[in-house]
Amino acid sequence: MEIRSHDILLVGGGGAGLRAAIAAAEVNPKLSIAVVSKVYPMRSHTVSAEGGAAGVAKPDDSLDEHAYDTISGGDWMCDQDAVEAFVKDAPQELLRLERWGCPWNREPDGHIAVRAFGGMKKKRTWFAADKTGFHMLHTLFQTSLKYQPITRYDEWFVTKLLVDDGRVQGVVAIDVMSGKIQAITAKAVIVCTGGCGRIFPFTTNANIKNGDGMALVQRAGGPLKDMEFLQYHPTGLPFTGILITEAARAEGGYMLNKDGYRYLQDYNLGKPQATPVLRSMELGPRDRLSQAFVKEDQKGRTVATEYGSVVHLDLRHLGAKLINAKLPFVRELCMKYENIDPVKELIPVRPVVHYMMGGVSTDIHGATPLAGLFAAGEAACVSINGANRLGSNSLTECLVFGARAGQAAAEFAIGKEVPDRGVLAQATDEQNRLEQQYLRKTGGKERIATLRDEMQKAVESGAGIYREQATLTQAGNKLRELQERYANIGLDDHSQTFNTELTSALELGFMLDVAQSIVECALHRTESRGAHQRTDFPGRDDKRFLAHSLVRRDAHGALGVEYLPVKITRWPPGERVYGQEEKSKPGDTIKQAG
Amino acid sequence: MADKIVLEIARYAPETDEKPSFQSFEVPFRKEWVVLDALNHIKDKLDGSLTYRWSCRMGVCGSCGMMVNGEPKLTCATFLSSYGNGAKVRVEPLRYFPVIRDLVTALSDFLVKLQSVKPWLIRKDEPPLSAGEFLQTPEQLDLYKQFSMCINCTLCYAACPVVGLEPSFVGPAALALAQRYNMDNRDQGAQERLGLLAHPEGIWGCTFVGECTRVCPKHVDPAGAIQQYKLKAALEWVKSFVLPRGHDEDSTEVRS
Repeated sequence: MEIRSHDILLVGGGGAGLRAAIAAAEVNPKLSIAVVSKVYPMRSHTVSAEGGAAGVAKPDDSLDEHAYDTISGGDWMCDQDAVEAFVKDAPQELLRLERWGCPWNREPDGHIAVRAFGGMKKKRTWFAADKTGFHMLHTLFQTSLKYQPITRYDEWFVTKLLVDDGRVQGVVAIDVMSGKIQAITAKAVIVCTGGCGRIFPFTTNANIKNGDGMALVQRAGGPLKDMEFLQYHPTGLPFTGILITEAARAEGGYMLNKDGYRYLQDYNLGKPQATPVLRSMELGPRDRLSQAFVKEDQKGRTVATEYGSVVHLDLRHLGAKLINAKLPFVRELCMKYENIDPVKELIPVRPVVHYMMGGVSTDIHGATPLAGLFAAGEAACVSINGANRLGSNSLTECLVFGARAGQAAAEFAIGKEVPDRGVLAQATDEQNRLEQQYLRKTGGKERIATLRDEMQKAVESGAGIYREQATLTQAGNKLRELQERYANIGLDDHSQTFNTELTSALELGFMLDVAQSIVECALHRTESRGAHQRTDFPGRDDKRFLAHSLVRRDAHGALGVEYLPVKITRWPPGERVYGQEEKSKPGDTIKQAG
Repeated sequence: MADKIVLEIARYAPETDEKPSFQSFEVPFRKEWVVLDALNHIKDKLDGSLTYRWSCRMGVCGSCGMMVNGEPKLTCATFLSSYGNGAKVRVEPLRYFPVIRDLVTALSDFLVKLQSVKPWLIRKDEPPLSAGEFLQTPEQLDLYKQFSMCINCTLCYAACPVVGLEPSFVGPAALALAQRYNMDNRDQGAQERLGLLAHPEGIWGCTFVGECTRVCPKHVDPAGAIQQYKLKAALEWVKSFVLPRGHDEDSTEVRS
């Protein structure tokens, strides 16, 4: 087997991965950096992010306010040291992207413009119309092209992390074009593979979002953190699951039930006003809005369609001029995919699986408990998002913690030995496994699509917006059955060249592992907090559960959950208040320069 | 034939086939289905070996471009209903690209071309971050915004007859991207890029057929970008006689 070797290896080439690669290159241009991605980097799912990226930018705002919004939005499950690092680095990271050419929207005088976003008390979301992720990703990708030390492995699919002597030392990957299986060793590996929305039947996530990195790390012995916290975005288009950005509500859109009534006023989110009020009504946090939809549906006040119940997002009063200027992609998507013009018509929407708050457990430098292994972006859980992420924090997270992980990995790699060729034996074993289990196997009876559909139905009914012991247990049992049947999978395609049936089978394997972790963590957390709502345990229980879930997989595939206390620095747990004045906000008096 | 549609799909497996051939699949005709949904139906239910790329299914990742009835299209944004119930729809890999397998084309040459135009902000000075953002008014943003919308789907290459005749032509998307940076008031690299692109395989290769602009799913208008670029190059050429030395390297003003 051919072996390639680098100092630092990125798995994933989206927002976090590219930012990490550039950061590592800037630590020391002599480092050799590999970006290994199953798609060309500009295809990465960062491209689909719409609304914007949060970072304090204006004199009326402060780092503490951004921190407080994030922490209360996360229902006090955020690690506050991580949030403080995040809000502090955010403005300079967004500025750096400006220096690299990102076409941020501007004020008339040429300064950066910011917009409102859900759960944020001040306007602090930088945006490039409603294609922010697209512009950020292409800016990062194009900028990365000028860094000589970065070598790309486009369309290479990572199947395993190589661990030897307690240290992660590289990966095994399939060069999809040729089908060759190869080892790529590295002194440090950074996992930036994004989320896992495709575990669910109805999601905004691209086809490539299968929790690859989460499963790879867990199989290598690393823990996943807070996997029960999964975000439903309140406004997805029915059937396709295409996201209608929160910016549509930030610009003044209304949520209406079947009677044309702004129903959010019935769910402790404030009183309706004609123009948007920050941290109120349509600008409440996503978990609360998605939960309100379920209640509204139970009351029979939604509209039934072929693709499930919907409510309406009303932008008509905003007018064509504003919609074209600030929300052109919303209009394009509605017209192209729903044959609806939001200037004149209501947009049907329903909650849709959007974002995984949990992920590979890391510290504030992106380091995981496994030596030599780092993670950043949605694949990671640094714990800035807690039990519910605020919109526009995740793009910034890719930059802040991508950069931190890239720097930390570079510093780790400097002076380390070239990985031991002993990992070669592991790589050969992995090659044999792939050939025996998939490519050369005959007589497998199970189809990928059948197992995938059954998995998606099981997690949606068991671990959706509202959960309880019985349905979670049922989902867990079903997933165990699917894991057994997965061993009997059969491929139609046994060829080497661009075998996407093989990669789909491997992705299904990753998704089953991650789905089990979600269900296991959700079963153990017998309280309700943020996006994790247990109908059998409706209240928040800080005494027992002001703690992160850590879920590990043993050699036999059994999962174990343990808890790690949440780090509180300056904001003791309080009530989440939206749509009305808060009594007091600890930490509010300490202002820092933005 | 009620509620069915037939897809004639180009198949090619380099390990076994000497040349591509067509295979027909009958799929349900559903009003909400795009061509990509039909391909996924085939892969999931009928033939797991069908090979194509896709990802976002919302027209922004640029993965799923194919020839549909002879036209370059994003298959995630092309509805079966636009061809009609009972129709035959022919799906082929994007024209003028080497085919790896079935509907998958080789992108490596395109990536080389993209990189060759230096598509990044070129600066002579790098003020510290503490100096704040480069100023850019909404009007200045508008000058290049359209050219920044390219999703690298390569439909324009499949539409461009010059690409078909002269594979070394840098091509519409890469030239539009060069112009995106040239027109950005924060950039100081226009002269450097002009040196790279004012040759027959660069901007002078374009014969202004305009097919690239017609097929672009994001209204980038590469043809317009190339025309702007040619005009600039011609002016520079004239200027080189009038002002043989020391003419203004870059006319855009940058403040920080």
